[in-house]
Amino acid sequence: MSLLSQNLAAGSFVVTAEVAPPKGIDLAPVLAVAEKLQGVTAVNVTDNQGANMRLCSLVLAGELRRRGIEPVLQLTCRDRNRVALQSDLLGAAALGIENLLLLSGDHSKFGDHPDARPVFDLDAVQLLEVAAGLNRGVDMAGKPLTGVPSFFPGAAVNPAAEPFELVLQKVRKKVDSGARFFQTQAVFSRSELERLATAVAPLGVPVLAGVLLVRSAKMARFLNANIPGMRVPDDVIARFDSAADPMLEGMAMARETVGWARELCQGVHLMTLGHEEKIPEIL
Amino acid sequence: MIISEAKPLAELEEALAPFGKLFLVGCAACATACKAGGEEEVFRFQEWLATQGKEATGSVVIDEACHIQRAARDLRHHAEAVKAADALVVLACGSGVQSISSNTDKRVVGALNSLFLGNVRRFGHYEEMCSLCGDCILNETAGICPLTNCAKGLLNGPCGGMRDGHCEVDAELDCAWKLIYERLQRQQRPGVFARRVPPKQWSRRRKPGRHKIR
Ligand code: SF4
Ligand code: SF4
Repeated sequence: MSLLSQNLAAGSFVVTAEVAPPKGIDLAPVLAVAEKLQGVTAVNVTDNQGANMRLCSLVLAGELRRRGIEPVLQLTCRDRNRVALQSDLLGAAALGIENLLLLSGDHSKFGDHPDARPVFDLDAVQLLEVAAGLNRGVDMAGKPLTGVPSFFPGAAVNPAAEPFELVLQKVRKKVDSGARFFQTQAVFSRSELERLATAVAPLGVPVLAGVLLVRSAKMARFLNANIPGMRVPDDVIARFDSAADPMLEGMAMARETVGWARELCQGVHLMTLGHEEKIPEIL
Repeated sequence: MIISEAKPLAELEEALAPFGKLFLVGCAACATACKAGGEEEVFRFQEWLATQGKEATGSVVIDEACHIQRAARDLRHHAEAVKAADALVVLACGSGVQSISSNTDKRVVGALNSLFLGNVRRFGHYEEMCSLCGDCILNETAGICPLTNCAKGLLNGPCGGMRDGHCEVDAELDCAWKLIYERLQRQQRPGVFARRVPPKQWSRRRKPGRHKIR
């Protein structure tokens, strides 16, 4: 059983962080960052994030695992069909990777290979079901596996998305398909987190609130323009505009969000984008 | 219908460079409707050829260029002009081009790019609504195809990129799942939200497609 699943089951407040594989083959810098992380139960490894081609998440997750750092393997449906997805999942299990974050994935249009053919042979709901099937020892074709994985699959949800009732329909399908935890996209409003936490509570699946370390108004505007589903609200941008030290303001905001999470849900997922050294301070 | 548009002139100039005499083929169906390969466009193409110092040996606009036998018959009716040409230029969709290329060993130059199976919103405005998946889900999705109208073809609801009901890929467009959800609500039925939709059976769209009416 993964530490993440144990800590969530025990009801503790759980912290996850995230690292991205390099564009290239030198893993040393990202491993050094991961080794220095403090106060974190598990570390997400992003999968060609934003549709930008990078070293595969499976290899970095395996390397983390080898060093005793618990990974959450992110896997998107954008770049692989059902055969490749199942094959990667089995590979992950063989490397001892249990935590998964199964995603549809940002559209190829946003990345550095916009001419790539987006796959989406499965969607996130279907992929969750596949992981559940593998945990039962069968693949999508109903064929038995030798050696059965014990995945702990999670899913994503965007707390700011409207119409919210429509988002909830999908959240319910994800839970029915075996999602055991949710990591949210960045939270910027207490009421949105409260709305989500209240709606998900009856489903009995823990929610880790996404905390994004925004460092300036410029960065906030860039995120709004370029990251799918991202909406840094105007009042937040205004706080940065009027702040004497935007980095300090960002830290204050991140701490505030962690505070909401301690009150409303079961943990946080920290997206510090290269400032992982700030994590103890944020917590 | 099949939506098509003219290839860029520079590309055509290059493709036609080796040839002096050309026979032109248009299509009276889709390519006429989207003003890419009807009588008028064939005529204008002929005029453009003249500016390039090339000669048209003749032309025909086939009723439906995708009809293989009809294409063969029309080419036979113009056998002399076809024979006199170095190559044939086809102003029709990719299917039409292949009706022609399967009926002659002469070089065949396609003059259009085929875009999608499209609906007409109003003249000159076409929208793709069906991608011919072979396993139609419309009855559950309030008559809105998620496979085509959702940029990712998701079958179980919106992705995390939906913003205020708009699509992450094109903020001008409504998220297909928002449209499906709202129409199902107006119809007071859960529709596709009542079940988890299983993965598509792409074996039904194995290429090349073949179909016989039994
Ligand atoms: S589900 Fe969509 S793509 Fe498939 S046949 Fe129906 S309308 Fe066409
Ligand atoms: S926003 Fe809606 S239509 Fe666009 S890709 Fe996501 S689910 Fe599909």
